[in-house]
Amino acid sequence: MSKEPVAVVGIGQTKHVAARRDLSIAGLVREAARRALDDAQLDWADIDAVVIGKAPDFFEGVMMPELYLADALGAVGKPMLRIHTAGSVGGSTALVAASLIAARVHGTVLTLAFEKQSESNAMWGLSLPVPFQQPLLAGAGGFFAPHIRAYMRRSGAPDTVGSVVAYKDRRNALKNPYAHLHEHGITLEKVQASPMLWDPVRYSETCPSSDGACAMVLTGRDGAARAPHPPAWVHGGAMRSEPTLFAGKDFVSPRAGKDCAADVYRQAGITDPRREIDAVEMYVPFSWYEPMWLENLGFTAEGEGWKLTESGATELDGDLPVNPSGGVLSTNPIGASGMIRFAEAALQVRGQAGEHQVDGARRALGHAYGGGAQFFAMWLVGSQPPPG
Amino acid sequence: MPREIAVVAFAQTDHRRRSDELSEVEMLMPVLHEVLAGTGLRTGDIGFTCSGSSDYLAGRAFSFTMALDGVGAWPPISESHVETDGAWALYEAWVKLLTGEADTALVYAYGKTSPGEIRDVMTRQLDPYYVAPLWPDSVSLAALQAQALIDTGHTDEPALAAVASRSRTAARTNPHAQLRGAVPAGDYLVQPLRKGDCPPIGDGAAAVILAAGDTARELCERPAWIRGMDHRIEAHSLGVRDLTDSPSARLAAERAGVFERPVDTAELHAPFTSQEVVLRRALRLGGDVNVNPSGGALAANPVMAAGLVRIGEAAARIHRGASDRALAHATSGPCLQQNLVAVLEGES
Repeated sequence: MSKEPVAVVGIGQTKHVAARRDLSIAGLVREAARRALDDAQLDWADIDAVVIGKAPDFFEGVMMPELYLADALGAVGKPMLRIHTAGSVGGSTALVAASLIAARVHGTVLTLAFEKQSESNAMWGLSLPVPFQQPLLAGAGGFFAPHIRAYMRRSGAPDTVGSVVAYKDRRNALKNPYAHLHEHGITLEKVQASPMLWDPVRYSETCPSSDGACAMVLTGRDGAARAPHPPAWVHGGAMRSEPTLFAGKDFVSPRAGKDCAADVYRQAGITDPRREIDAVEMYVPFSWYEPMWLENLGFTAEGEGWKLTESGATELDGDLPVNPSGGVLSTNPIGASGMIRFAEAALQVRGQAGEHQVDGARRALGHAYGGGAQFFAMWLVGSQPPPG
Repeated sequence: MPREIAVVAFAQTDHRRRSDELSEVEMLMPVLHEVLAGTGLRTGDIGFTCSGSSDYLAGRAFSFTMALDGVGAWPPISESHVETDGAWALYEAWVKLLTGEADTALVYAYGKTSPGEIRDVMTRQLDPYYVAPLWPDSVSLAALQAQALIDTGHTDEPALAAVASRSRTAARTNPHAQLRGAVPAGDYLVQPLRKGDCPPIGDGAAAVILAAGDTARELCERPAWIRGMDHRIEAHSLGVRDLTDSPSARLAAERAGVFERPVDTAELHAPFTSQEVVLRRALRLGGDVNVNPSGGALAANPVMAAGLVRIGEAAARIHRGASDRALAHATSGPCLQQNLVAVLEGES
């Protein structure tokens, strides 16, 4: 029996900010969910199930908050499933929701991911206590900076590439009303003059800590036919995981990321991602991860990612726009960040990305990763239904 | 016709009060090896892996990432995780197999409750603005439910004591159980619940392998076919719920097809004696149904794994021909807020 094609018919986000002091956690998720329902012109009663994701519960200090959020998300009397796959969770959550449609378990599913990081300090929340981790390893930046150094050494990339990415993403964010950081006076010089946080990662090359939620309404062929706006169709989706630490692990270009992308491309019939994909929303929490992921995802040969970035190809008007929304570098409610990538990819192929729309985008990739560069979730969405 | 999917193997730890000398990975690994050995499969043969656990039990963020080391996820695997009982991980894996994207799945869950004060820890699950600041613990909330049941005449203290006694007596034949054989009712922990009405506190892990169609028949002599599975959630606020009933369990059972034909066995995830009373009524289980032949959560309650253990125990009875049609149930949240029901069948 063939799978039901999956369509994204509703997308909603909150305005992402450092602290949404005006809203409870329930208020935050409801704002995104209501916007997704409005976009699909549906109501709570039209939803068969809710799939929710977020990163560690310690960020808000609520254990399994989905239990408390059942009422706010209209889930009472329905199935509600909670996913947690570290930083990739927003992507994984959308993929689990999509599989409920694909397997014809449900007709229409609301999927949502959130983080309200102002409830705690995310950097120290991510710094495991001794003896789980060596001391003085502060936050995710402390973990990833050495791997960035390894990339620079391996590829021979000039020191400036990271700042080029940050400058691009922060300018793209100015075109995205939901983005957290709107730095109107941003210049390349300002990025390069910002303080060094975790060498080689500067303050302006790292993601902010945000409060935010993102929601999508997924449905099948019939639901898509009734949708008021053009849907985005899922052409491929996959998750891959590998252990955190082991002898021979390639932190610069993890095999799980390569395998995940290869699986998605196979499902979507993509043989030349550089030519066939029109926009990419990739998970870049530290600027250098753009060239690193360009290689890992097969957009360039190994060692060549920084050249693609430096050439301007990944700019909004380049031939492979990366993070037209401003990306994780401009908005990072951790648990939601993966879903924002997936949703922004869908907005592009629906032609609804507003000022940061990539002209004529027909196929877009949404990408998320998490843990010690070990959990990957991706989907490829298109403006046309998948063949068959 | 949806794809046929079955539980083909099940393994669990001997559940214990403490396991200080073991990390979560060390506790989990023998179970993973055992469940794989039961089928002859290796990690690399598995199409999808999904686990259930809670950072709040481990006391640190991303605790599940270390457990992945125990799986041997190299080359990389297709994998996911739910931050709740492993029964929901099994649900996610079942859906994955229904899509046809995988033919086999490894599902595991673990929980170490010994490092913390579990009654305090579980209060962090409550509404963070209006309820959690009061720290109402899990036994007190279950006691409210038990008192409501007694007040409406659905049970009394001797009947609850009988549930406890029957469960622990049944656990005598379960080598993995923590409490085996009748234990004294003891003093009130929170009236009307006595110590005997409450689950033991302990550590443990469990793992299940799912397989589809002919693969299941190749891996297992008598697969436990999942004829239906569904889960439903209720409102969080206890004040808006009728604690003597479980409409979510009943609806999940209806959707899973429980009421189409009688079951001979039911493994209920009822950590408190009173909750078995609620579930028996909601699921319309008569006296002829063998309820919790494993001893249930009253005999071993590794939090985050106890629901998956129910599915595993029901499946294992089908594997060995002791049941033909069994109901398996898992719960999450205070006072049975969220419930999952599966119907398992063996072919004659």
